[in-house]
Amino acid sequence: MRVKALETLLSEKGLVDSSAIDTVIELYETKIGPRNGAAVVARAWSDPDYKARLLENGTKAIAELGFEGVQGEDMMVVENTDSVHNVVVCTLCSCYPWPTLGLPPVWYKSAPYRSKVVRDPRGVLSEFGVELPDSVEIRVWDSNAELRYLVLPNRPAGTDDLSEAELAELVTRDSMIGTALVAAPAS
Amino acid sequence: MTEMPDLPWTTSEGPVFKAPWEAAAFAMTVRLHEEKHFTWPEWADHLAAEIADARQRGEPDLGDTYYEHWLNALEKIVVAKGLASHDELGQLKQDWIHSTLATPHGQPIELKRSSRA
Repeated sequence: MRVKALETLLSEKGLVDSSAIDTVIELYETKIGPRNGAAVVARAWSDPDYKARLLENGTKAIAELGFEGVQGEDMMVVENTDSVHNVVVCTLCSCYPWPTLGLPPVWYKSAPYRSKVVRDPRGVLSEFGVELPDSVEIRVWDSNAELRYLVLPNRPAGTDDLSEAELAELVTRDSMIGTALVAAPAS
Repeated sequence: MTEMPDLPWTTSEGPVFKAPWEAAAFAMTVRLHEEKHFTWPEWADHLAAEIADARQRGEPDLGDTYYEHWLNALEKIVVAKGLASHDELGQLKQDWIHSTLATPHGQPIELKRSSRA
């Protein structure tokens, strides 16, 4: 009822119209999602120049692939290496890079994740099944309404022969949030 | 995936929205922002305030009530920005409730307005 009331009122005032509402919903249900981010990661793994541009100016490099819009205006891409692992959170609400990852999963919006990943990132990663050596530094990035982060995961070994499209298949949503690693393809 | 007994996260993709009202509340917010009725930081402040309030009330806030916070924030920002008044919203909610109760099950609900034209 509350949503109906808002929708009726806003549409009577000419502030929103129902066809525009439907277009937005369809966009986020079918077109905007983690496959976009996976394409960015696969491009960065395949093309060193693109990767350099991506780390230099995430927003611009991501827009080269056509992904831009609400919650993607200011993007920073953080690279995982053998010595650094990055994890993204929004401690205050749910800021998240929609154009590249779609809408956030339920756990990303939950209070336990938002608070615990800051206090004990290694513990949270372990609950996700990710065990990192003590030598790896874990960096936690707190997104906000102005700046959102995308993790560039480590490229798994044994993928030298894969095409960009095949590489994109390997990249999961969670690996771009930092709560998973990209697994090597099953041979 | 290993088991995670005490935390609600799962790595499955799942549906983007659990119910149509969540999708509608989300989409209205995106449209109002696109039409520059508020900035995204203004929106994030409203949403964060709702989430902080839930925390204050001691709610577990496991992410499943997220769109309830979202809807509360949307109602407040719409009123704060003068796009609609608190009274107008309240009246329309009543009208929707009455119209729903007055409609036989299975029939499309037709909104019957009280007082105002």
